[in-house]
Amino acid sequence: METKLMKGNEALAEAAIQAGCDAYFGYPITPQSEVLEYLAREIPKYNTKEHIRVVLQAESEIASINMVYGAAGAGFRAMTSSSSPGISLMQEGISYIAGAELPCLIVNVNRAGPGLGTIQPGQGDYFQATKGGGHGDYKLIVLAPSSVQEMADFVFLGFDLADKYRNPVMILSDGAIGQMMEKVTFGNYTAHKTDKPWATTGKPPTRDRNYITSLHIQPEKLELSNLKLVEKYKEITKNEIRFEEVMTEDAEYIFVAYGLSARICHKAAIIARERGIKAGMFRPITLFPYPYKRLNELAEKVKLMLTVELNAGQMVEDVRLAVNGKVPVEFYGRLGGMIPTPEEIVTKLENLISYKNVN
Amino acid sequence: MSTEDITIEKTADLKISPENELHTCAMADSHEDEYTLVYEKPHTLLEVNMHYCPGCAHSLVHKLIMEAVEELNIQEDTIGVAPVGCAVFAYHYMNIDMQEAAHGRATAVATGIKRLLPDKYVFTYQGDGDLAAIGMAETIHAINRGENIMIVFINNAVYGMTSGQMAPTSLVGMKTTTSPFGRDPAVYGYPIKVSELIAQLPGAFYVSRHTVNKNTSVRKAKKAIINALNYQKLNKGTCFVEIIGNCPSNWKMTPIEANNFIDEVMVKTFPLGDIKLPKPEDLIPINQNGDK
Ligand SMILES: Cc1ncc(C[n+]2csc(CCOP(=O)(O)OP(=O)(O)O)c2C)c(N)n1
Ligand code: SF4
Ligand SMILES: [Mg+2]
Repeated sequence: METKLMKGNEALAEAAIQAGCDAYFGYPITPQSEVLEYLAREIPKYNTKEHIRVVLQAESEIASINMVYGAAGAGFRAMTSSSSPGISLMQEGISYIAGAELPCLIVNVNRAGPGLGTIQPGQGDYFQATKGGGHGDYKLIVLAPSSVQEMADFVFLGFDLADKYRNPVMILSDGAIGQMMEKVTFGNYTAHKTDKPWATTGKPPTRDRNYITSLHIQPEKLELSNLKLVEKYKEITKNEIRFEEVMTEDAEYIFVAYGLSARICHKAAIIARERGIKAGMFRPITLFPYPYKRLNELAEKVKLMLTVELNAGQMVEDVRLAVNGKVPVEFYGRLGGMIPTPEEIVTKLENLISYKNVN
Repeated sequence: MSTEDITIEKTADLKISPENELHTCAMADSHEDEYTLVYEKPHTLLEVNMHYCPGCAHSLVHKLIMEAVEELNIQEDTIGVAPVGCAVFAYHYMNIDMQEAAHGRATAVATGIKRLLPDKYVFTYQGDGDLAAIGMAETIHAINRGENIMIVFINNAVYGMTSGQMAPTSLVGMKTTTSPFGRDPAVYGYPIKVSELIAQLPGAFYVSRHTVNKNTSVRKAKKAIINALNYQKLNKGTCFVEIIGNCPSNWKMTPIEANNFIDEVMVKTFPLGDIKLPKPEDLIPINQNGDK
């Protein structure tokens, strides 16, 4: 066990080394360039003759994600990281990776958009991360860290899940979690590395050739491949839903938030309790698969849910789907890289409560 | 190209008469049969019908690469990357491990493979739209990094797969479906001479341009492919073999007319031969420490 004070992005990079990441390909963009910088500096120290690890600054995010495709297709633990505009450029490659069922890790340190937007934190990429992003029917497993510790932990988890399901995993973080410093503890991680008999490592006479592709030109065959993916996503949904609940046992009002927003809502729930409002917080950790069922159960016991996001209202749609009209689901968002204070959120809740009481 | 999937069927064993002078390497001395076996397809090529149009250069170049792989005995150690273009199904024909890349990204995919499997032979196979339009950035940067891969560039001056649109290599005045009055340099510039362009980069180790429209040129093209694969062992940079292909279907020519068109017209814009050769001292392998 080793505890360090680290930046979120650096903790993530360190975890990648410890998780046995064989290859990192990336292109600089704020607020996540530390990942590439850290790995470029640190990985060479770990290289041995037997185990060469690769860190490469690509010419673009398009190249990065396609290098990940090649390395993952050859059976290696491969990853890339970027921030929103760069992740947009990767969408074609991500779609190919999902179609070819290649395990890999993609990190989005979300900044506010659209367009060049700003380098300040945002959560505007929720739809892109969870509803597809690229073309075609596919899903990423999406993990949303809300602390520096989770920036590290989810790298270990992410690589394992990617290998287990032969599916790309995205860590959807944000500019604040990526940039802030906190204590982080590294345990003794052992990779659940799986055999990859499908990888293109060179065809020995003992097996048929392996090929990696997402192309099935006959509709009958593509449909079968699509259905196989659908089955896999069902399996993932069955096994991998993760969330956190804070003071929900007796809560009458629940904040629903992920990542940075969840940290703020946690504090807001404490303040609300001090003011006599029975508040709690529900934090989805996996954004796909999404914890619809648990939210639906919670809706039985509460009066109102308030979804807080750094966007104009994206995850709130999933909360409403989950709750299915049982209780009102309200939304509070800040945009453009602005971050709400816990006070601001409590005030919003108080206003909603008094409005509801009056009407 | 027909969009029907290729069906994996056995083709009848080919026996070719000695009159056919293409590849006399496997001349058998048995005269028991009516025909003498003078040539066999490489065993590295799968026994399936190819989907290419009759007379298309793609099928021939596939065969040359697979012959080279067989002759060098590197089937186990070779990993190919297929493009998006008519050759998208290359992995259905080549009996080696392969990856199918997104349109234009083959050299990035190959970089990902080769960097992690530096002892393997890695190659990309790309058309002109793939390599020189949508994938030009990946092409130039992979070569600039001197990735130790072979790039086989099939320049047929059109987008074959999408039925004959203008390519970055379409000749001046060439009529395509998107330049119906002929390519006008005032609007679209001039055909890109990719080999000459990338030969400027220090990362390019060997650059050579060929055709496969007659027996003599087929042999030269194959030699270039063998060189390019062999040089990978040196770790000295990218080997680039450009083949002036044809596209009888979209050029609206018979295969013979198309092959003549290459000699009569294409080579004027794309002159054949070696564009960059390794220096003799470069051909001495260096070891890990850099000592000769
Ligand atoms: C991103 C993207 N854009 C466009 C296409 C459509 N497309 C498929 S092949 C092709 C051009 C292929 O031409 P070339 O690379 O010259 O190969 P050829 O068929 O001539 O061998 C295009 C534009 C695609 N598949 N993906
Ligand atoms: S002739 Fe043209 S369209 Fe037909 S397979 Fe060859 S490149 Fe494609
Ligand atoms: Mg072409």
